[in-house]
Order: sequence, then structure tokens, then C-alpha cells
Amino acid sequence: MAGEKIDKGRVEIGADECKGCLLCVSVCPAHVLVATKALNKQGYHPVAYTGAGCTGCGFCFYACPEPGAITVFKLVKTA
Amino acid sequence: MSAPVYEVFLQKPKGFYDTYERKSGDKTLMHYCPGCGHGELHKMIAESLEELGVRDRTIFLSPVGCSVFGYYYFDTGNIQCAHGRAPAVGTGAQRSRPHSIVISYQGDGDLAAIGLNEILQAANRGEKMAVFFVNNAIYGMTGGQMAPTTLPGMATTTSPLGRDVKLAGAPIRMCEMISTLEAPVYVARCALAGAKEINRTRKIVRKALETQAERKGFTFVEVLSTCPTGWGINPPDSQKFILEKMVPYFPLNIFVDKTDHEGEPYVPHPEPAPSKIHEILRLTGHEVGSFAPGAVDPRYMNPRMKIAGFGGQGVLLLGLGLAQCGMMEGRQVSWLPSYGPEMRGGTAHCHVNISEDEIGSPLVSRPTVLLSLNQPSMEKFEGQLVPGGLQVRNVSMIPAASKRTDIENLDIRASEIADKLGNPRAANMVMLGAYAGYTGMLQLETCLAALPEIVKKKTLVELNRKAVEAGYEEGKKARKA
Repeated sequence: MAGEKIDKGRVEIGADECKGCLLCVSVCPAHVLVATKALNKQGYHPVAYTGAGCTGCGFCFYACPEPGAITVFKLVKTA
Repeated sequence: MSAPVYEVFLQKPKGFYDTYERKSGDKTLMHYCPGCGHGELHKMIAESLEELGVRDRTIFLSPVGCSVFGYYYFDTGNIQCAHGRAPAVGTGAQRSRPHSIVISYQGDGDLAAIGLNEILQAANRGEKMAVFFVNNAIYGMTGGQMAPTTLPGMATTTSPLGRDVKLAGAPIRMCEMISTLEAPVYVARCALAGAKEINRTRKIVRKALETQAERKGFTFVEVLSTCPTGWGINPPDSQKFILEKMVPYFPLNIFVDKTDHEGEPYVPHPEPAPSKIHEILRLTGHEVGSFAPGAVDPRYMNPRMKIAGFGGQGVLLLGLGLAQCGMMEGRQVSWLPSYGPEMRGGTAHCHVNISEDEIGSPLVSRPTVLLSLNQPSMEKFEGQLVPGGLQVRNVSMIPAASKRTDIENLDIRASEIADKLGNPRAANMVMLGAYAGYTGMLQLETCLAALPEIVKKKTLVELNRKAVEAGYEEGKKARKA
């Protein structure tokens, strides 16, 4: 872990709750959200977090029309 | 070194149900299309309700349009309103439950077209409600027709060549219109497009609901919203459409902010004492259950009645009298007049129920009793009588015979009897008396006591009393042993 940058935030996207509208992708300042190639149970390509670089700004959360699809986490302590 | 610790920062607001049990199909997803602005605005409202701690006293008014299913999602009180009428419903909701936070959530077709009068009147009265006006420039639910807010030149299914302002007028700017009124305390337009405007919208939504929680007055928030399906534009580009096309015509602004004052505490209107109410309504105190009902042949119990005749024969008053008597004998009653353009002349009728049990509907479509005061009424309604039903016919005015052989007919020369007493117009009270005397459903004593309640002109009470008595004798004479 030493030397690695610790992200200020983290985001979880429920793959089956995402309708693939990409609004979250369009507002994400850190460009860490991407559309996946997989199809979810509704037949959409859900968006996923690339796994690194989230700042926890919450823009994606408010741009997302589906209430439960996105959960945003914030870093509270590092050690 | 331990792993970094993250805590939940933003998640599905508690203002929503966990699962949408009222919804058919998938109960975890909203019914909205991908990229629809409704979801975003719903989320902001749900979040604010939770943060303000007012969810339990919130009444959400669902409109007609895509957001008609608000009650699937919001864990609040809900009223589903007729198209455009949410502000009228909200007025009633707020006034009858003044501690409530009333949210009227409406689209542009609902609010700016069919409901334009309702919204302006409610705004002008300063009703304490938060109106969220979702403007996506088209009728979304019905497939993208031109709305009052459709942009000039914008193609829709009903303006395929683009909105021609010479034919359809220019789009209506609701915020600007509402801002001309005195009462609204907060009027703002915001947009669900791009992180900056979305964030601003969130604050405006919060402000509007806060204003309601503090009982400060009418708030109007217009939200420029995406309809990617109706517009035929993908969701990210729909946001561009809002910023580049809609905002120039519908400028984003706080038009009115008069919230910098103390909220108005709820003060109930003083209610007159019950004795005063009697005086105001000129009631004598003989209203409910002050007379004992008599023993009645079961086939005459719980009558569903139609009363019909010429306009001017006192048909509605006769119905009112029957209901009044029933009430005074402790029955449940309903009286439903059928008002028409034929109030003077022509035919008139009304529906009356007298029942031992609660009455489900005041409408009588299959009567057990028909009082026909003239021939057209008999011809029009006797077919509706249930087999074995009773028709009381004013044969002074009905030369023809009844066509029904499976009903009971009681023939009374009501107009002639009334004429002999001094005025043929008292035939209605002869009919009332005849019905009471024949069936035993109403006591003579009750009928006489009811007269001053329904006949307000004191000089006519005496004539009507004689008419009821004469009718009662006729009915009683005809009663089968």
C-alpha cells in the first residue's frame, strides 16, 4: 500500500439498477465512471466505477435519476 | 498500516419506500425512462423531506403525466389528482390539514395547459404549498405532443414542422407570469443539466420545502427537465439541449424571494357554537333521530327512490322532504338532485336513499320506488323500477296507463287534491303524504314536523301541512290489509 495514493471517495453502482443513461458519466469530474459491455437484467449496459480516482464529490449521485442505483462513500480515516 | 475507512456519504433517501410494492413488475426500479429528469427531482424532494424531518406530515399530489405514479415511490401521504387540478386539491388538503407540507408536482401539459387557471388562482391566493413544475417542453407520457412550453420551431408529433408561434402562440413562461402576482413568496427556475445546475436545483428544492415547513406561503419552482425519449435525444445530449436551447428562452433565475420573514403560525378559524350553527342554517333542532320510525313491511324498507316531474312541480323539494323525514327518524339518507338546463319547465328529477345502513352511492339507477308527478316522467323512468317495485303516480297529470305489470302502482289524484286545498303546486306534498301513508316508511307526525325544515316560507307551511295530511289519508286508505 505504501506510496499509493488514497482516494477521498468511492462509489458503488448497482448493476441491475442502472439504466445506462450515462448522465453520471457526463458529470463526473474525475472521469472514473465507464459504461460496461455487459447487459444487466433490464437489458442496459450498466455503468461501473473504474476502481480508482473518485473524489467523493457526489455529482454522479444527483445526476442519476434512479434513487438507489448509486451510493457514494467518503474517506473518514486512513489509519 | 490499516486499510482506509469509507463511510456512506450519499445513498437512496429515506423519503422513498425501500421497495415499490404498489408498482407492478420490477419493484426496485422506477418506471421512468433512462435519463429522465423526474427521477433526479424525485430524489431531491425525497432527500429534503428527510433532512427537514417532515416526511410524516407531507402530502404529495400526483398529477397526470409520467409522474402520475408518485405514490409508488414517496413514503408520504398521497392524493392522485385529475389533470391540472392538483393546486385545487392541494388547497383543500392544506386547509383541512394545516400542519401538512403539501407538494403539488406537475408537468407542463398538466400545469400550463389544462390546469392554468388552477395554478394561477392557487398562487394568487397564496396557498401554502410547494409547486414543482417540471418543464420538458412537451407532453411526455402521451408520446411527445406540443405543450404550452414547446420552444418556437421545435418539432413535436403534433407540430412536425416545428412550433409556429403565429399559429400556436409563443411558449408560456410560467415563472414570469406567477411573479406578477402578489402572494407567492418564492418563485425560481432551475435546470437538471450539468453538475452545476443540478446542484443549484437541489438547493432551490430544499429552499421551497423549507419555506413550506416554516409556513411562509406559496412557492413555485420550475424545473427544466430532460425527456430523452420524447425528444429523441440521448440523455447526456438532452442536458445540452436544456442549456443551449431551453435556457435562452426560459432564463434561470430566482424571480421572487420574500421568504425573509417569520412564518405564519396556524390559527384555526373560530367556529360558531353548535347552537349558533342551528340559528345560521335556520334549523329547528328536529334534525337527527328525534322521531321514532314505525313498523314497516320489509318490502318497503330501505327504499332507493327516484322522484320525477315537470320543473316547477316541486320535485326536488319533495325529494328533500323525504330525505329530511328519513333523517328525523334516525335513518341514513341521501338526496341527489339532477340539475339540468330544464330547471324551469321541462323535466326534473332527483334521487333519494333512506336506509338503515350507510349509503354507498347517492345515485339511484335501479329504483325500488318511483314517484311520477307527470306522464313524461313515468314514461322515462318506470322501466328502471325493479320488479316488485312501487310507483306512486299523480294520475291528475298521467292519463296513460302504466306499462309495467310486475310492479305495484299507487294512483293518487295529487294535483286535484292540492287544487281543492288551494294550490295545485302542493301536489308534491300530497305525494309525500301518500307515499308515507301507503308504505308506513315515514310517520305522519314526522312528515308534519319536517315541513318547517324544508318549506322556509311560513305562509306556505299551513297549505303544505293540509296537503301532506290529505295525501297520507289517501295512501293509508289504499294500503293493503
